[in-house]
Amino acid sequence: MLKCRTVWRKLAPLARASSTLCRQNVRRTGLHNARLPAHVPGAHMATGPGGGGRENQLYVLLVGATCLGGAIYAYRTVKGDQQRYDERIAEIASRPHRRTQQATTSVQIETPAAETVETESVPESEPQATPSSEEPSPVVPDAETADSSEAPEPIQEAPPPSEPEPAQLTEPSPAPVVESEPAEAESPAAEPSEPQAEVVAESAEGLTTEQPSPALPPHAPYLLIGGGTASFAAARSIRARDPGARVLIVTDEPDLPYMRPPLSKELWFSDDPAVTETLRFKQWNGKERSIYFQPPSFYITPEELSTAENGGVAVLTSKKVVHMDVRGNKVKLDDDTEISYDKCLIATGGIPRNLQVIDRAGDEVKQKTTLFRKIDDFRTLDKVSRNIKSITVIGGGFLGSELACALGRRSQDSGLEVIQMFPEKGNMGKVLPEYLSNWTTEKVKTEGVKVIPEALVKSVTCKDDQLEIKLKDGRLIKTDHVVAAVGLEPNVDLAKSAGLEVDSDFGGYRVNAELQARSNIWVAGDAACFYDIRLGRRRVEHHDHAVVSGRLAGENMTGANKPYWHQSMFWSDLGPDVGYEAIGIVDSSLPTVGVFAKATAKDTPKAATEESGTGIRSESETEDVASSPVASSIPAPAETHKDDYGKGVIFYLRDKVVVGIILWNVFNRMPIARKIIKDGEEHGDLNEVAKLFNIHED
Amino acid sequence: MTTVRQEGKDKIIFVTKEDHATPSNAELVEEDPDDPYEERGLILPSGEINWSCPCLGGMASGPCGTEFKEAFSCFHYSKEELKGSECLDQFRAMQECMQLYPELYPQEENKIPEANAEQTSEDATASDSKATSDPVQDSNSSQASSGSSLEN
Repeated sequence: MLKCRTVWRKLAPLARASSTLCRQNVRRTGLHNARLPAHVPGAHMATGPGGGGRENQLYVLLVGATCLGGAIYAYRTVKGDQQRYDERIAEIASRPHRRTQQATTSVQIETPAAETVETESVPESEPQATPSSEEPSPVVPDAETADSSEAPEPIQEAPPPSEPEPAQLTEPSPAPVVESEPAEAESPAAEPSEPQAEVVAESAEGLTTEQPSPALPPHAPYLLIGGGTASFAAARSIRARDPGARVLIVTDEPDLPYMRPPLSKELWFSDDPAVTETLRFKQWNGKERSIYFQPPSFYITPEELSTAENGGVAVLTSKKVVHMDVRGNKVKLDDDTEISYDKCLIATGGIPRNLQVIDRAGDEVKQKTTLFRKIDDFRTLDKVSRNIKSITVIGGGFLGSELACALGRRSQDSGLEVIQMFPEKGNMGKVLPEYLSNWTTEKVKTEGVKVIPEALVKSVTCKDDQLEIKLKDGRLIKTDHVVAAVGLEPNVDLAKSAGLEVDSDFGGYRVNAELQARSNIWVAGDAACFYDIRLGRRRVEHHDHAVVSGRLAGENMTGANKPYWHQSMFWSDLGPDVGYEAIGIVDSSLPTVGVFAKATAKDTPKAATEESGTGIRSESETEDVASSPVASSIPAPAETHKDDYGKGVIFYLRDKVVVGIILWNVFNRMPIARKIIKDGEEHGDLNEVAKLFNIHED
Repeated sequence: MTTVRQEGKDKIIFVTKEDHATPSNAELVEEDPDDPYEERGLILPSGEINWSCPCLGGMASGPCGTEFKEAFSCFHYSKEELKGSECLDQFRAMQECMQLYPELYPQEENKIPEANAEQTSEDATASDSKATSDPVQDSNSSQASSGSSLEN
């Protein structure tokens, strides 16, 4: 730099001199020409006639000398840089030897807050950074080609030799490789996204061992915290929209991203004895698939993340993010590694709630209790359920009912006693209107489950190697194992360190309609309490919502700025006869209007419903309301009657607007349901709306 | 004959097939084809390809995503008689890449991307459940490829 200036200063006077000479000559020429127009200058060059000859030569000499000087200087500089670069590379290459002797205290990848370019200091955490920042240019080119933010580089020497270096170095072995791509180094212009370099390839370490892995990328352009459905959906969305994106998923589970619904449904119906290992199930269309979204070959390793030519998705398993520094745009893991990011998604989901009485009950009880959420829980429960005589599911919601039905089915063969208890009056009591909830409860019973509704657990004790559950009304239930399915506690551990708002009504991180919590931070899935433009602020714990919100978050992380608009749906199966799909707010405390296909012999193959106890009007006693269905209906007399809620549509209303719909045993109609909710109109006659669903067709 | 019953706040209506035979008079709001918020199908209103369409499954986002995008784009914009005939190089590159990941791209998929999209729909994040496994799928009546519901 300084050299440049000094050289220029030296040359300047020369330049000036030569330019003045030039001007003088020109003037002379002009004068002469003016006076002697007849004197055709023929082959004369720029300078004047005869007399300017010597000056001419001098001038030429001067200019020539200058050019030569400049050329020599340039050549020298290039050579010098090249040399320095080579030396540096050599030095780095020799580092692994030194490294192996050094302790593993290196880890401190975090140190140079990503912003500053010296990041690469990582493994040695020495001021190596400085030298590196001087040769940004040569090194840069070979580094991540795909990096979107390719900051302008100082001098582009683009030495080809550097190319092969990274290539071999990226091999999962001698770590320092990475150093050679102090890509980041190039942009002292604080292009925080660059720092990739330190992919610190201690490769496999990241995934298999728990060592403080200096192998981890110190920076991930897209960092997704949590490795569940929402996170995977976001990763996919990001990769689809940002070519070559580098996405890092950090999850505290040991597994790659997988889908949860089969854990409480399909996997239990599998005939394969090895299902707990393979985790494969048969879809409703007959095709088999694994619960994992993608096989391991879909992902790249975290070590490769910075250097992979077209980017990719890397998953860091068994690592928990414990601290988030929003100002510094970085997170800290439980092993003290720091990773900086450009855009971050929090998709931490939640942990199953437990009953207070069990929590306080002591270890003996807790050992016989399962909180169901992950693959491990499935494996444990599967094993346990084969070896005991009696199992109790506490909770009457989706998970509880599904598990009860799944276990109940098993009980046909094994003689296992399956009990389900909950405080509501019937299964799905908080979701389905009472009549339907009762009907569903009967269904669950036919699956072989002993249902105990209106059960409030007062205490659980362990006696004679059995659990004794005492209910508030005095009943005592003895069982061998308990599965608690009493809700999900959204995981907001990072709220404090990140300074993120937590919603007091619904729990979870509070985010706006675009799922954004703060600049560069989005939240999706179970943990997100978001603003739904149509339905208001809510938090949804369903699989499809995780997909939709994850996808949306991914789109917004890549600049889409779209609000939550496409309504997610959910579904549940309770045995072979009952299946329903739902969308929107489906809360049993809302007024509902249910339109069911009147049972004909054809429609009721096996679905004969038992009397449900609540007086139900018989079909023959009709209220001819074909023309004015809105007319007030006559209260049902206490007649017992068989009602078959075989197929139908149920509308949930809030201030006369449909905010939720359940499609009861009718399928492939979700788009219509979605449209009705999206419209948000007040419909006078919901029977007319129900016509749109064609419930009588298959 | 329609029967109506009220149980507290819940209304229950039973209808026969005949009751529902007459067309509905319920009014639905007209759709805005250019609504920026709406989920789009495979082809956006502008004519471009929607890479985040769930119908593509993992094709555009997996390890061979770049190759796939190039091949499919070439095909999509191809004006030849035999559409995509000038895209052989891109398709070949894509196939070569896919052969490196047999797990992800089962080898019977040697057809045009549209067909591929259908096959690999199983990779779609949306779960396995019934037709509505992929909600976007349902709402997109204009789907180019996976016209049939995803994991059907």
